[in-house]
Amino acid sequence: MLSLDDLHVSYDGHPAVVGASLEVPDGEVVAVLGPSGCGKSTLLRAVAGLEPPSAGRISWDDADLARVPTHKRGFALMFQDGQLFTHLTVARNVGYALRVRRAAGAAARVDELLAAVGLEGYGDRLPATLSGGERQRVALARSLAADPRLLLLDEPLSALDAGLRERLASDLGVILRESGTTTLLVTHDQEEAFALADRLVVMRAGRIVQQGPTADVWARPADAATALFLGYARVLDGAPAAVVLAAAGLAGAASVALRRSALTLDDAGPLRGVVLESRATPDQLRLVVRVDGAGVLDAVASPASHAAPGDAVTLAVDPARTALVAGAV
Amino acid sequence: MKRLVALAGLAALPVVVLGGFFVLPVAGMVARGFWPDGAFDPGAVAEVLGRPRVHRVLWFTVWTSTVATVAAVLLGVPAAYVLYRLKFVGRSVVRGLLLVPFVLPTVVVGVAFRQLLREGGPLGGLGLDGTPAGIVAALVFFNVAVVIRTVGAAWEGLDRRPGEAAAALGASPATVFRTVTLPALRPSIVGAASVVFLFCATAFGVVLTLGGSRYASVETEIYLLTTNLLDLPAAAALSVVQLVVVVGLLAISARARRTPDAAVARTTAPPLRVRRSDVPQVVLTAVLLAVVATPVAALVVGSLRDAGADGGWTLDHYRDLVATPDGPFSVSAADALLTSLRTAVDATWMSLLLGGLVAVTVTRRSRGRAERRLRGVLDGFFMLPLGVSAVTLGFGFLITLDRPPLDLRDSPLLVPVAQALVALPLVVRTLVPVLAGLDDRQRQAAASLGAGPLRAFATVDLPAVWRPLLAAAGFAFAVSLGEFGATSFLARDAEPTLPVVIYRLIGRPGLDDYGTALAASVVLAATTAVVMLAVERLRVPAVGAF
Repeated sequence: MLSLDDLHVSYDGHPAVVGASLEVPDGEVVAVLGPSGCGKSTLLRAVAGLEPPSAGRISWDDADLARVPTHKRGFALMFQDGQLFTHLTVARNVGYALRVRRAAGAAARVDELLAAVGLEGYGDRLPATLSGGERQRVALARSLAADPRLLLLDEPLSALDAGLRERLASDLGVILRESGTTTLLVTHDQEEAFALADRLVVMRAGRIVQQGPTADVWARPADAATALFLGYARVLDGAPAAVVLAAAGLAGAASVALRRSALTLDDAGPLRGVVLESRATPDQLRLVVRVDGAGVLDAVASPASHAAPGDAVTLAVDPARTALVAGAV
Repeated sequence: MKRLVALAGLAALPVVVLGGFFVLPVAGMVARGFWPDGAFDPGAVAEVLGRPRVHRVLWFTVWTSTVATVAAVLLGVPAAYVLYRLKFVGRSVVRGLLLVPFVLPTVVVGVAFRQLLREGGPLGGLGLDGTPAGIVAALVFFNVAVVIRTVGAAWEGLDRRPGEAAAALGASPATVFRTVTLPALRPSIVGAASVVFLFCATAFGVVLTLGGSRYASVETEIYLLTTNLLDLPAAAALSVVQLVVVVGLLAISARARRTPDAAVARTTAPPLRVRRSDVPQVVLTAVLLAVVATPVAALVVGSLRDAGADGGWTLDHYRDLVATPDGPFSVSAADALLTSLRTAVDATWMSLLLGGLVAVTVTRRSRGRAERRLRGVLDGFFMLPLGVSAVTLGFGFLITLDRPPLDLRDSPLLVPVAQALVALPLVVRTLVPVLAGLDDRQRQAAASLGAGPLRAFATVDLPAVWRPLLAAAGFAFAVSLGEFGATSFLARDAEPTLPVVIYRLIGRPGLDDYGTALAASVVLAATTAVVMLAVERLRVPAVGAF
């Protein structure tokens, strides 16, 4: 189990990570989620032993790692752009860690790993001839070949285009779960984190603002900024929050975060409002509605509803698409 | 078609100049070897190559160059790491100081090592004076900067992350170096080594001053055969041999450069603080700095010592610099320095003009196979002076430019032109990486906004290139100041450059003349060093890298 205890990392006196404490239990996938520049990559590099902490402790099963150099930590790091060795073939890239350790049966293991990432028969190719997605698969196989006690993934999918990212995310999830590899992942993409992680750690401006099981974090964001970063469209507090919470049949809380699809057009709905904007998408109609007592909110409707600006409508709230925000703003 | 015409227009001047002042003289040399009496007779060349002395000279050239190259690489690579990957106070000064030996006039290097190693000198006890070991040491001193600059520039641009990825996969620092760093540096190391070998094999001033007639390399043998023995066919034959070897080596170094290397993904990795594991490299660099400083220190101290028995401190040698000695064609060292400076100014503008045109020509993006091939040929053609020995060039000037259509025997331009050709490859090598590094789409963007080719050049190329251009000017100036190989053939007796005067002075028996030679060497070295340190302040990575 990896533990960070009050970790601080600075670049040239400028603090990049401030007082970070977290744990990665064996066999779990933990995602550190945060906007770019929040210090999450620095945190990962510190865990890998590539950046010296300015204070705090990084330990594995209670053994302090401060004096353990990168290559003795047994943590494989996979970079955002793979960082394949361009002068080595795919097979030699994947087998690199095995050669470093002079492990027996390397060739068979390499074939097995290439099969696991869906790249059978790619062994003799050079990295330059691969597509972006293939390169990331090779990088993943190379990291897994090291048989790491902890796998560190730095934005593993964000260099890829949308369709590929989705496919590779589900493959990655399956591979990580099947191999039972303990993984620390950093990303700015909530969907990537949601798809892969058992636990979420949210970071902002160098600090950890929230952590917990993925579903819990999603259901109860620590504050408005976290809720917005997690993909909630709006955060309400005060009287408007009370109106929406009442309509959703939820207990009173100081503030509530709404996904874009939290309000739906519903003839039997408890809320009333006037449509301000209406935009058609293939799946649904996206509306902006002035709701009585709650102000301007987003809503969705079936494409068949033909709601147009100026129409008076009634709306219902889907409680599953709202989240109670823990700390009031 | 239009593009080819434009290409031809740009390349015209350099091609004509190189044709007249390089191909013609060198061809003249070759002709002198194979057509000794007007009739084709390869037998003369074969006869020369069969002489035992020539075998000795060839073998000596090969083994000293090999040993010196290996030593320069072994010393230069760790220093490149320290100077380009680590962060410490005084880094740029150390970089500048280590570049100075490369542009120190060869004659000065020779004199400095003699002063260091001669009987009664600071290291006289080692008994290295006049031995091959002394020559090899001087060659290493001279060329280690080439390795540092070339490998350092590549190392600085090396992405740190592949190494980090390897470390995260369990590779120890030594394994990371062997399996990731070294393969990435290999092109630059091979390139540097081949250039250093080339410079060692064509070294002239150093070998001539330290080896005399006992230890001759091909280069000095050509000189001795020409000037002392007047055996022109033999000199020509040796020049031909050298030409063949040099063209081969140039081809190897060009290949090494062409291998895709760190230049593809050029980032400048921020240097790291010195860690405990860096201590061996840092110590080695400090030793190297001391080794480089020792001959220079010996030179300076020697120039301030009375040549007589008491050996007290004196400035007499410096006073002698302005005095005109007796004898025919005697000029004071101060006059010679003025001649050197004047010549260097001329050589600098010539090499900049030619080098600028060449760099623009070879870096423009080619469209189509024919154009690309033509540019490739031109690129190689313009690099030829890098390897063709200065002595061959000077000798070729001497025998071909003395009659119509080009009768330049007494032209004051002869020496600057020769020096400009010697400096040309260095100018081109400084400018090409900068121009090649510019994204062609920038020029296309300028053009799409209505800028003509000249305007686009001024908008995109010029801002990037002015510093390298200035640096190249300084580099050319320094090289020209110290140029000895070609100048020794071409300088008119009444108007010698300072290196020529120094060589004349050390050739004379008197102790005072020797002291004056030391003082003149110090002045020449100081002038070049100042120019080079100014160049270093411009922070152009490609200066002195190949």
